Amino acid sequence: MTTYVSYDEVEVGQSLPTRSFPLTRADLVRYAGASGDFNPIHWNARSATGAGLPDVIAHGMVTMAIAARVVTDWIGDPGAIVEYSVRFIRPVVVPDDGSGTAIEVEGVVAEKLDDGQVRLDLTARVAGEKILGMARATVRLS
Amino acid sequence: MPLDPTFVGRSYPPTPVYQVGREKIREFAAAIGDANPAYIDLEAARALGYSDLVAPPTFAIVLSMRAAHQVVMDPALGLDYSRVVHGDQRFTYTRPIVAGDELSVVVTVEKIRSMAGNEVITTRGDISTPDGELVCSAYSTLVARGPEAAT
Repeated sequence: MTTYVSYDEVEVGQSLPTRSFPLTRADLVRYAGASGDFNPIHWNARSATGAGLPDVIAHGMVTMAIAARVVTDWIGDPGAIVEYSVRFIRPVVVPDDGSGTAIEVEGVVAEKLDDGQVRLDLTARVAGEKILGMARATVRLS
Repeated sequence: MPLDPTFVGRSYPPTPVYQVGREKIREFAAAIGDANPAYIDLEAARALGYSDLVAPPTFAIVLSMRAAHQVVMDPALGLDYSRVVHGDQRFTYTRPIVAGDELSVVVTVEKIRSMAGNEVITTRGDISTPDGELVCSAYSTLVARGPEAAT
């Protein structure tokens, strides 16, 4: 295991580079195929509105995967994540307008733990509104 | 309709072995738009010390969700899957999943509750090798939104 960032050099309060990730209907269809999650609320407007949603929404797991990139791009080694958790607090509507939506993700070093581990707190927003709650990753740094 | 509370604590038999393929990892990484070399390039993965391509952290959901269907699709549980959204998700990893892994999942129902008109179920999927090495545990909470519940 080799991470870009070493345990000794990180400091609590340090920010990870903030990123913006676009998300379109095509991305949702592709994720459905790759993950095997074909729940139609993620690609079919009729099903989404029939279930009481405003429109097609992203798979929560797409948003979780996207948020993780702020961590894995920062540490380099994706296998250094030892725990990762999120709450899906707001559905992410992905309109069928060709441009979709965008997820802004920021991260901060929240705590230095024993054993070379560090807890990172993530914030993910769509149009300024938080979409994930308690988004936390614990990583083991070199 | 409330979920059947007697499901809590129930464990299911191990799922059939899933073989993690390189192309599946590459496909999944492409689907989440992630070009991390460890997911794509064998030499890059080996340079990090892994035997083969590394799966993205959330790849474990491919195995755990399929396994959890044993529970959530069971008519006796009483979950209306057409009203289900994902409430929360947690993974704990002993090591990353890598290509070539043969993995099986044991699902256990951790919690069932009613909250503000919604029916909520939490399952744990323990993802292990045939030798019994626990690779990852996936905790998933699904929420079936009641007809009166706010979205």
